Amino acid sequence: MKARAFDYVRPETLEAALQVFRDADVDAAYIAGGQSLVPALALRLQAPALLIDIARLQELRGLSVENGFLRIGAATRHFEILNSELVSQHAPLLAKAAPFVAHPAIRNRGTFGGSLALADPASEFPAMALALDAEIEIASLDNPRRVSAADFFLDLYETALQPGEMISAVHVPVASPLNRCAFDELARRRGDYALVGAGVNAEIRGGQVEQIRIAFLSVGPTPMRARTAEESLTGRPLTSESIRQAQEALVADLDPPGDEHTPAEMRLHLARVLLGRLLARLEADE
Amino acid sequence: MTGKIAISLTVNGEEIEAHVTPRVTLADFLRQDVQLTGTHTGCEMGACGACLVLIDDRPVHACLMFAVQADGCVVDTVEGLTARKAIADLQRTFHERNALQCGFCTPGMLVSAYGILAAGGVPEREEIRDALSGNYCRCTGYEAIVDAIELTAKQRHQQAAREEA
Repeated sequence: MKARAFDYVRPETLEAALQVFRDADVDAAYIAGGQSLVPALALRLQAPALLIDIARLQELRGLSVENGFLRIGAATRHFEILNSELVSQHAPLLAKAAPFVAHPAIRNRGTFGGSLALADPASEFPAMALALDAEIEIASLDNPRRVSAADFFLDLYETALQPGEMISAVHVPVASPLNRCAFDELARRRGDYALVGAGVNAEIRGGQVEQIRIAFLSVGPTPMRARTAEESLTGRPLTSESIRQAQEALVADLDPPGDEHTPAEMRLHLARVLLGRLLARLEADE
Repeated sequence: MTGKIAISLTVNGEEIEAHVTPRVTLADFLRQDVQLTGTHTGCEMGACGACLVLIDDRPVHACLMFAVQADGCVVDTVEGLTARKAIADLQRTFHERNALQCGFCTPGMLVSAYGILAAGGVPEREEIRDALSGNYCRCTGYEAIVDAIELTAKQRHQQAAREEA
């Protein structure tokens, strides 16, 4: 299938791109990597009359460390996340999740900001933004701002972005020396959308969990924090007993959807299995 | 609609200037305007991998890009890789190991394999399978394709070792 006809522009600056969107008297959409947008256009799920190409904007490029945050330009491609020394050093959880994102050819084009802006609840990076307590920098003509990941993902494919706004960068708090993290997912075949996936980002001192954030993908309309499980672990050593209690606590955090292939009860069970494995890895790391 | 847009890009080492309708994918542009039909269109939604080409030396889906987005890019198709003998050894091992039957997926497989081997070294079979997870083959069952890529990696590794010695 082919996309419906549209016009195409590639503004030179971020400011110009925002202005083009505002001045458009037709349905407009930004395109960066296009790895989700182009199939949506081909399937006619979306049919904007104007595509504004933002992939080459300098303002959206680059990885750097500033004021205790790793700044990831929104147009950073997935393979750049995967290969970046800065990412593996300062946001190791992202480096661990990156190999699970789609296939190599998709990772060569898809962008980090694009993945968050799409907010697919089955995607790895939105959930990791939550686990990392990332702040999302929104470019806007009227209201440029930074929004925490917790306030960014509102509902299925729905974010804090208003029409005409875009993500310009994502700021991830730099991992402390106490950081221990793990990511994994369960899928029927490698590379498929996960039945359930999760990232755990913790600070552990002398075997004791000082802080922990757990975020799941594919278990609800948005990426999901597991706050009850986090609370059950905080301030305690990681033991088989505390891990078991955290697994049990998940029932209060997750209410996954079911379908004919994966009933809700099975998905919750898989989430528990996965959490157990991830926490055991943190324990082994210690 | 403002109609066609002027682009210039390098395809298989040759500078190309063209006017393209924005909705035309890079895959259709290569096949219909440049007459390079080695890039196959299967699913046209980024699942099957038959349309893989190199953009700036990295495999990407030509069906998930519009030709206008390739303006200023360096594009290599399976024809270009063949002409400059960048995949001659892969083509030989694909033949020797029966890594193709109908051949529809083969251009995409070769471009993927080029990407896998560009990293150097000899990847594990699991790594090769993982890297091929975006390439569908409905004939071979993949085993022979993994064989061919693994064999090429070993041959290149031995060749490099011999040249060093």
